[in-house]
Amino acid sequence: MKPQTTSETDVQTDIASNELGMRGFAALIKTLDSTNKTNVKVQALTDYFLAATNEDKVWTIAILSHRRPPRPVNTTLLREWASELANIPLWLFEDSYHIVGDLAETIALIVPSSKIATEKTLTQFLEEMIALKRKSDQEKKEYLFENWKVLDYYERFVFTKLITGGFRIGVSQKLMTRALAKATEIDEDILAYKLMGNWDPNEISFQELILEENASDYLSKPYPFYLAYAIEGEPEDLGDVSQWSAEHKWDGIRSQVILRNNELFVWSRGEELVTDKYPEFNEFIGKIPNGTVIDGEILPYINGQIGSFNDLQTRIGRKSVSKALLKKVPVMLKAYDILEWNGKDIRDLPFSERREILENLYQTLTNLEISFQLSETMHFKTWEEVATERTRSREMSSEGLMLKRKDSPYLVGRKKGDWWKWKVDPLTIDAVLTYAMRGHGRRSNLFTDYTFALWKENDEGEKELVTFAKAYSGLTDAEFRKVDAWIKRNTLERFGPVRSVTPQHVFEIAFEGIALSKRHKSGVATRFPRILRWRKDKSIHEANSLEDLKLMIP
Amino acid sequence: MKNPLLEFTDKGIYCSAAKVYLDPWQPVDKAIISHGHADHSRWGHKKYITHHRNVPIISHRLGEINVIGKEWGETFNINNVKFSLHPAGHIIGSSQIRVEYKDEVWVFTGDYKTEHDGISTPYEPVKCDTFITECTFGLPAFKWTPQQEVFENINQWWAENQAEGKTSILFGYSLGKAQRLLKYLNTDIGKIYTHGAIENMTQVLRPLVDFPETTLITKETKKEELLGNIVLAPPSAHGSTWIRKMVPYVTASASGWMTFRGARRRRAIDKGFVLSDHCDWQGLLSSIEATGAEKIICTHGYTEIFSRYLREQGYDARTEETQYGDEEDNTVPDETATLEKQTS
Repeated sequence: MKPQTTSETDVQTDIASNELGMRGFAALIKTLDSTNKTNVKVQALTDYFLAATNEDKVWTIAILSHRRPPRPVNTTLLREWASELANIPLWLFEDSYHIVGDLAETIALIVPSSKIATEKTLTQFLEEMIALKRKSDQEKKEYLFENWKVLDYYERFVFTKLITGGFRIGVSQKLMTRALAKATEIDEDILAYKLMGNWDPNEISFQELILEENASDYLSKPYPFYLAYAIEGEPEDLGDVSQWSAEHKWDGIRSQVILRNNELFVWSRGEELVTDKYPEFNEFIGKIPNGTVIDGEILPYINGQIGSFNDLQTRIGRKSVSKALLKKVPVMLKAYDILEWNGKDIRDLPFSERREILENLYQTLTNLEISFQLSETMHFKTWEEVATERTRSREMSSEGLMLKRKDSPYLVGRKKGDWWKWKVDPLTIDAVLTYAMRGHGRRSNLFTDYTFALWKENDEGEKELVTFAKAYSGLTDAEFRKVDAWIKRNTLERFGPVRSVTPQHVFEIAFEGIALSKRHKSGVATRFPRILRWRKDKSIHEANSLEDLKLMIP
Repeated sequence: MKNPLLEFTDKGIYCSAAKVYLDPWQPVDKAIISHGHADHSRWGHKKYITHHRNVPIISHRLGEINVIGKEWGETFNINNVKFSLHPAGHIIGSSQIRVEYKDEVWVFTGDYKTEHDGISTPYEPVKCDTFITECTFGLPAFKWTPQQEVFENINQWWAENQAEGKTSILFGYSLGKAQRLLKYLNTDIGKIYTHGAIENMTQVLRPLVDFPETTLITKETKKEELLGNIVLAPPSAHGSTWIRKMVPYVTASASGWMTFRGARRRRAIDKGFVLSDHCDWQGLLSSIEATGAEKIICTHGYTEIFSRYLREQGYDARTEETQYGDEEDNTVPDETATLEKQTS
């Protein structure tokens, strides 16, 4: 259990918090959910953080930073029990779910309404849910029925959402951190750091997590990543080229590698601890000194060549890596930056100085055969030279260039000004819309998830359409509505939620990378496919062929 | 085998015994019209028969037409087929159409709702053998709250926006929803302004219902005078320059579709109120039960899901393709009609 804390904030907030609990949390989610305006969201969160109990605050921070307790009940049982309580057949529940698009929302809508408000706190609910996991199905069912019956619509939605997981309500961790900074008057970047890494909302107190200066367990803690925006306008607008350092933007997993106290920690940008997935890096221990944190990219490195993201994908999903796979797709760290050196946070040093430290470190490692390389920085005399280098990106297996101001500190989160990404233009191909599925969440009533096909000659020499990619972004809402209306009128067959449609419309599909793949029917995997535009000017016979696509493979 | 009393043809629902169509979507000689929404009362028929409260509505919308108005329950014979109109409660002047021939009774609902909205004649169940029903909201996820509660929320929202010095813009389609909203807006809070489409239709209906005062927004209207007041606008005005001139404002939509969290966001509307002129799930089921009908035909909405459920409940239920509504697979005639109906 959590230790009790007695800071001043406790005294102030406990008065208001009598009104809060689960009801207050549900009201917060409702407010966040019912506005598109960032300042309204931040204000609602700030007010909540000022009023909630410390225990509930910790849980709220955990939930909004995707640290939920494990799902106590599987969704199959949830569906069965919800349809039982609503007294409708399971198929009708399933069909409704397909249309509503969100399981918790479907359950909240379908089970009988109640007007009784709960007095329990958010913490109580979460502690019950943690305990629930170990209980029998009968006990779980009774618990759900009991709560579904007494919660009002929005509370029921939030309660079920906590059980199903996946709390995506348009509040980023950054936004939540900003509100927390307003409520606590602690600097936002410091808070972002405190919230990184491994902490358990069931164990830690608000005092330890947020208020205390030096929490004990900083050993594995990564720094918040500094992320760049895509360049706006022309690179010339960035001014004097000599102030800028360029490097290739590698297409792997952005990571932080931490060496402290003879231990290694590898964090992905998604704040996932992935140390065990990449045993190659264990050899860093003892070779890279303690008190070092490196920002870099994990890349597949096969026979001395940087592989494609598709290669890396075989490593990402695996918890434990087999020897065969380690041999087939080895990885290396391509180092961009150094954030901690000799146990000191050096993020405020200029980029050029940090790079000097990094390069000196690299010099000490060159004779050792370890999976560590530098992401080479390049310095150009003119912006034209930079542009020429960018055109080499595909042959370098990079996504384009990164431009970093030489005197830039290592900032927190996505910031404009000092770092920019200048990606290569995507590859594009014209493809035919062949299947459609309803979107999820806010698009659940529209067909917005599309499958696209290209022409291929079959054995009889006839042309047929072969599926090559799925895409669900890139059109405006108005265009989606038009395509949606057309799909509803031009459905050929239904396969559950999927419909095949008359091949009639051509779309230009953009993607970042391309590689041969055995897992795809077309034999080709594309990276980040999305819709670039609706080619109303083209008939399906003018769409590209699979051969055209294969010619793009480097 | 004899023809069924009502058939679904490519022009509309047809009674061959009387040579008359119900809510046809292609031009015909004689049409009986359930109500004034564009997907049910189309242009180009030689003769229109409808409830007399719908006459001013369709005359306004369709211009000069040959139309006869009937009373509730008034029987009229065409080629020995007995027809009568019964309140559907959907909008002002909306009827169910009862058709009787040789001891067989069919009822076509057009669109309907069971809740009494205070401006349209309340829905009355009509006994029949075959019931042709809409099921726009034929899913158990749809459950309406009593309108009084919704209007309290709407008025509270208006007052809150006023306190923040903002104009409230409330979307509802120009025939039906707009007047229902208008009727219950609390004029103690402020003034009610209207978009031209809503103002025109409201003027047509003022002789039939007592509505609060409205002010048409014109080129001369200053945005400062709108501040703190409410604007009723059709959904198609959303995102238009007409609206953008009114900053600072807050938008809301009143529609059954607002049940879905995604619907409000998708339309980039600040607030959604669940208020519909159609039946909810329970409303549909209880209406069907009250008709005593054994055969049910579902015309528009979640037809396949709803008719499957009815069959499991022991009804002889099926689906027929029509060009009403826009949900699921029904065709939408044009973009503006889509916008109007989606918020119905």
